[in-house]
Amino acid sequence: MLEIRTPKTGKAKRVLEKRAPKLVETGKKTLILHGTKTSATVSSVLMELYRLKKGGAIKYSRRNENIRPFESGGETSLEFFSQKTDCSIFVYGSHTKKRPDNLVLGRMYDHQVYDLIEVGIENFKSLLSFSYDKKFAPHEGTKPFICFTGEGFENVPELKHLKEVLTDLFRGEVVDNLNLTGLDRAYVCSAISPTKVFLTHCALKLKRSGTIVPRMELVEVGPSMDLVIRRNRLPNESLMKEAMRTSKDKPKKKEKNVDQDAVRGKIGKIYMPDQKLGEMHLPDKSKGLKRERKESKKLQEETDSKKKKKSSE
Amino acid sequence: METETETDQIYHIDVGNLLGFNPNHRFPSAPSSREELVKECLEEARKLVQAIANALFNFPSTETNDGPIVQLPPPTTKLPREKHVPRPKPPTKWEEFALKKGIQKRKKDKVVWDEQTDQFKRRHGYDRVNDDNDVPIIEAKATDEPGEDPFAKRLDEKKQRVGKQQKNRLQNLKAAEKAGALPSHVQLAATSLPISGTKSQPKKIGKDELGDVAGLAATSTASGGKFDKKLPGEKAPKKQGKHHKYLPVVAGRGAVNQEKEQTNNVLSKIISKHSHEILNVGKAINMYNVKKEKKKSGRSDKSGRSDKLKPKKDITKKPTNKAK
Repeated sequence: MLEIRTPKTGKAKRVLEKRAPKLVETGKKTLILHGTKTSATVSSVLMELYRLKKGGAIKYSRRNENIRPFESGGETSLEFFSQKTDCSIFVYGSHTKKRPDNLVLGRMYDHQVYDLIEVGIENFKSLLSFSYDKKFAPHEGTKPFICFTGEGFENVPELKHLKEVLTDLFRGEVVDNLNLTGLDRAYVCSAISPTKVFLTHCALKLKRSGTIVPRMELVEVGPSMDLVIRRNRLPNESLMKEAMRTSKDKPKKKEKNVDQDAVRGKIGKIYMPDQKLGEMHLPDKSKGLKRERKESKKLQEETDSKKKKKSSE
Repeated sequence: METETETDQIYHIDVGNLLGFNPNHRFPSAPSSREELVKECLEEARKLVQAIANALFNFPSTETNDGPIVQLPPPTTKLPREKHVPRPKPPTKWEEFALKKGIQKRKKDKVVWDEQTDQFKRRHGYDRVNDDNDVPIIEAKATDEPGEDPFAKRLDEKKQRVGKQQKNRLQNLKAAEKAGALPSHVQLAATSLPISGTKSQPKKIGKDELGDVAGLAATSTASGGKFDKKLPGEKAPKKQGKHHKYLPVVAGRGAVNQEKEQTNNVLSKIISKHSHEILNVGKAINMYNVKKEKKKSGRSDKSGRSDKLKPKKDITKKPTNKAK
């Protein structure tokens, strides 16, 4: 026996509607998790990532021992959390002897794991170790510039994948209108070798220049680290096709049966479909029909009588 | 979108994402000092940001209180979706019917003119137009049965209509769920798991059964259920313990004294006043005859008894000489 369950409060209904799949999607939320064991660097990296993404991130503080992203059975916990918090990107940090200072960046499609990439952290410098003029400190929630430098990002498939994941992670919401005074941060990623990427977070200084476009200057403010590529898992083909599909992908239909003429102007052709008069449903106006019949009969009689009169005359 | 700089390098710029990619820069494989490397990275990034900003600030901007606002173009880099594209909902049974018949939806007014009270009344809710419960008198028609309550009948009909509507709604939602297009605020949940193979409804326990069970539970208390708090409406348990049926002491008019009969039967069995009723003569004769015959043929038949019943002699064991 099935039972229909609907939310009893307006708030619950609004939350459910927010989480429903939409045609045009708003920003992805990030889930930040700790693994079984975390070193000081890993925990500070996770904390600072959370601060950078304050508006759209959720940080869990407990250790999660049963999450192993690269193993087939170890993703169930991740998927449950993703469903519970409605997050589609996750950052999982751990520290083992074999993989010190490990960070797994992953994405979800329909709350199922879509792809994963594992990086190691080296040369980490925290937010607090940078000294700069506080005037230029970036505000929370501003849309960042993202810069990728290096031929590695094009040639090496793992770096290509990392580029895509980092774009997704740092992008935030897709907006239509942007306030030009609110541009104050940039993420810089450089492929310094085929396996290493240097990532840092900078504030923007807009200096006066002769033209409308101000001169941009970068000041390093945020955490900086070296990411060493370890493992990655690309999404399988069918899932990728489905996830990349957008509603605007359909090719534009050309307008048929419309003609533009200099003499006549815009002309359109209309083809009438076959009107199956026998199968049409007439409205049930039986009384009206009777009346019509009576009236038509009357008219007939009148014309007949007139004809008769005429003929008789 | 691509931009050419003076050094003839082409950047891949995606203004919608504020993303810039320089695929041509080669970092020196020989490790220079860390600071040099960082400086180089920042310089390259600065060039990229400048290129993006060039494109951005040249867009037509509208001035507002907060600053100039610019219309961003849609992003060009393709990123995977978070969730699937919402699937179209299959048309409901009514919608299919309406489509076939060509019935158009008509917008109904919230307030309707009421003929009886000559004023505008709301269509749904308190004090509504044509309320089913408000009719004071229902006139009897020729087809009505004399004992029937028309008000109860109306209530029943309404219940049936509501039940039918609920069933239809459930069917429509099931069809939508099958197509993967259940509305976001609705969940279909199974209330009770049926036994595999049967479509049995959960058995409803009646009032008497509940009373029995409650009584059973009560007897397990220390005072045998005598001082248990009773819920409102709960009746005292039926007589518990052995049920004795005592025959009436005084016989009714013309009725036989049942108690006298009962005791007489018992006495006669014991004293055997009418022994022929107790003793089965035929059976007794048979038994006597059989015994006699056995005694006669008993001696000759002894050796002819079945060998299977005799304990068998163990041939492996040698006869012991007990006469020693």
